Amino acid sequence: MSAIVIRGGEVVDRGGRRRADVAVDDGIVKAVGPDLAAPGGAQVLDGAGCVVAPGLVDLHAHLRQPGKEEAETIETGSRAAALGGYSAVVAMPNTDPPIDSAGAAREVLALGRDALVEVAVAGAITVGRRGERLAPMAELAALGVRLFTDDGTGVQDGALMRRALDYARGLGVVLAQHCEDEDLARGGAMHEGAWSSRLGIPGVTSVAEEAMVARDIALARLTGARLHFLHLSTVGSVDLVRRAKAEGVAVTAEAAPHHLVLTDAACASYDPTFKVNPPLRTDADVAALRAGLVDGTIDAVATDHAPHAPEAKDVPFDEAPPGMLGLETALAVVLSVTDLTRALALLSWQPATIAGLAARHGGPVAEGAAANLCVIDPAVTWMVDPAGLASRSRNTPYAGWKLTGRVRHTIVRGEAVVIDGEARR
Amino acid sequence: MTHLLSITDLGADGIDEVLRVAEAFAEVERRPVRKVPTLRGRTVATLFFEESTRTRLSFETAAKRLSADVLSFSAAASSVKKGESIRDTVETIEAMGMDALVVRHASAGVPMQVSRWVKECKVVNGGDGWHEHPTQALLDCFTVRQVRGEIDGLRVLIVGDIRHSRVARSQVLAYSALGASVTLAAPGSLLPPSIEGWPVSVVHDLDEALPDADVVSLLRLQAERGSGEFVPTLREYTADWGLTTRRAALLRPDAVLTHPGPMIRGVEIAGDVADLPQALVTRQVTNGVAVRMAVLFLLLGGAL
Repeated sequence: MSAIVIRGGEVVDRGGRRRADVAVDDGIVKAVGPDLAAPGGAQVLDGAGCVVAPGLVDLHAHLRQPGKEEAETIETGSRAAALGGYSAVVAMPNTDPPIDSAGAAREVLALGRDALVEVAVAGAITVGRRGERLAPMAELAALGVRLFTDDGTGVQDGALMRRALDYARGLGVVLAQHCEDEDLARGGAMHEGAWSSRLGIPGVTSVAEEAMVARDIALARLTGARLHFLHLSTVGSVDLVRRAKAEGVAVTAEAAPHHLVLTDAACASYDPTFKVNPPLRTDADVAALRAGLVDGTIDAVATDHAPHAPEAKDVPFDEAPPGMLGLETALAVVLSVTDLTRALALLSWQPATIAGLAARHGGPVAEGAAANLCVIDPAVTWMVDPAGLASRSRNTPYAGWKLTGRVRHTIVRGEAVVIDGEARR
Repeated sequence: MTHLLSITDLGADGIDEVLRVAEAFAEVERRPVRKVPTLRGRTVATLFFEESTRTRLSFETAAKRLSADVLSFSAAASSVKKGESIRDTVETIEAMGMDALVVRHASAGVPMQVSRWVKECKVVNGGDGWHEHPTQALLDCFTVRQVRGEIDGLRVLIVGDIRHSRVARSQVLAYSALGASVTLAAPGSLLPPSIEGWPVSVVHDLDEALPDADVVSLLRLQAERGSGEFVPTLREYTADWGLTTRRAALLRPDAVLTHPGPMIRGVEIAGDVADLPQALVTRQVTNGVAVRMAVLFLLLGGAL
């Protein structure tokens, strides 16, 4: 692997901003400073007008392999991630079979070894994600799994969730909850409110999410375990987490990019592209989530990248699987609602810490750091063309949108995997 | 009109036009030979992914009286059972040279999706989930106007399972567009979760509301859509929300009753009330053919 020098950019990391070139070799950052010389044979990447930042870390990506390779594979999903500026993604365990055993985790980790970005896996909390008994979390933790979730569903049984938290505390791992009370949510296909009532689409009340957030905050307080809330989507959830944090309960929270810019009004087209779980909600919810980004209630923006093959989405709205693409658009969407430094905190170093990846990702761009970097042109405007995405699926809700800010280069483990907006392999 | 997916596609003027054209076709139905050559050579397909007797028969009768050819597609007997998608089914049927598709589906929005998949065909919503049933509301307005002369200024009371009712959603839009004031009467659990933006008021006591109503639209308790779980028992529902003989006595003498059918006598309406002269149920069915003739005529641009 040849040395790389990124010339002419502005380094932005948790330490601040400064004009500097960045030299990389052997998978680590060799030098950060003005006017670095390029050693013979070094690859020089143009960073003029760009921000050089730690690579982004996605806490929440559905890479669909094994089981739904027609929608996405680890190869295509990681390529999409690299193009989106990510150096690491956490693959969700709701595959088929689910990642609820060391064998299943090993398969995904092995497939991820050649991927363009580091693929970490989340393990299931319960066997088969059925919510009945605990998955072998210690066995998974021994393989490096740091995040456990039944995502796609929440752990309904409060006693089982309490046991999982107790067990996780002992292992030093983080549980991540998809908050959805199934009784309250049953049958719903979009946010319950004015739009669902008018459209005749069965709704999911915000309370289905908030009831579980409230329960789990109480359980986190009781057990002292670390708990992360996936894709919060309501005013009430943000309020609950804000109060829990003020009280010192060890919880963190993420929001998905689409919940920051889209509302349930998008469902008026009955286009299942806009069906997602949790559903797109109201302007008030969007405002609450954005406020949560600013005041620290929300620690991370995570894509909930959920590819579905076109034929799976070309069905009646209430029959369609929920989920939308996110890896290639997340950065630009977040930049549309907050400033660059906060966007990077939410997309890089804060999620890296939650995922247990901070040793290699999200750290300061400094000599000796792992060379996981992204180079962002924050001013360039581009149009989202579903056909041009690297994901195997096309279910982006931003088709035809003009977004500002795009990744120019991505460097993962010292390799330039994206150069000038093109994936190298 | 490109398609008829929702009453909102028509607006007040559009509704008025359909009703005016329907008048002409109602006259055709009173002739000894109830058929006009208007749509000869055109083909109308009814695509019913959810079973229905009266709506399908009504559309097919309407198409035949306009001399259109009719192709009848039923999901129960089709390739859909073999796993074919709706989109492929629609594209296949359109490829056979259809001019209009009447679509019914248990899921809201399917006619709108179908309208995006077709190339040339006109799409008519024959009822989609809880969303809309525009031709039902049009025939209700037609029938009420026939008896009362004018919709403008009437007080319309819609009673029953509004939450799960596509008829109610279309009625609210149609009656209010024509100038009626609309009141919903239902137990709280059978109202939509939100009526924000609906031009309606809500009452929770049927006895109080009945004496003010010019039109009472009764809806069926849709047990097959799970609405049985929304009230403790049918007996309790009937006691509080059924149009019993006692309650019928509270009605103004010139008030009229409509029901989209099928009626469940003894639940939402007492048997003898259903047979009162103010109950327009069979007249609605007759008018349904004329109104659907008008819709097909206007969509397919036939010549009178």
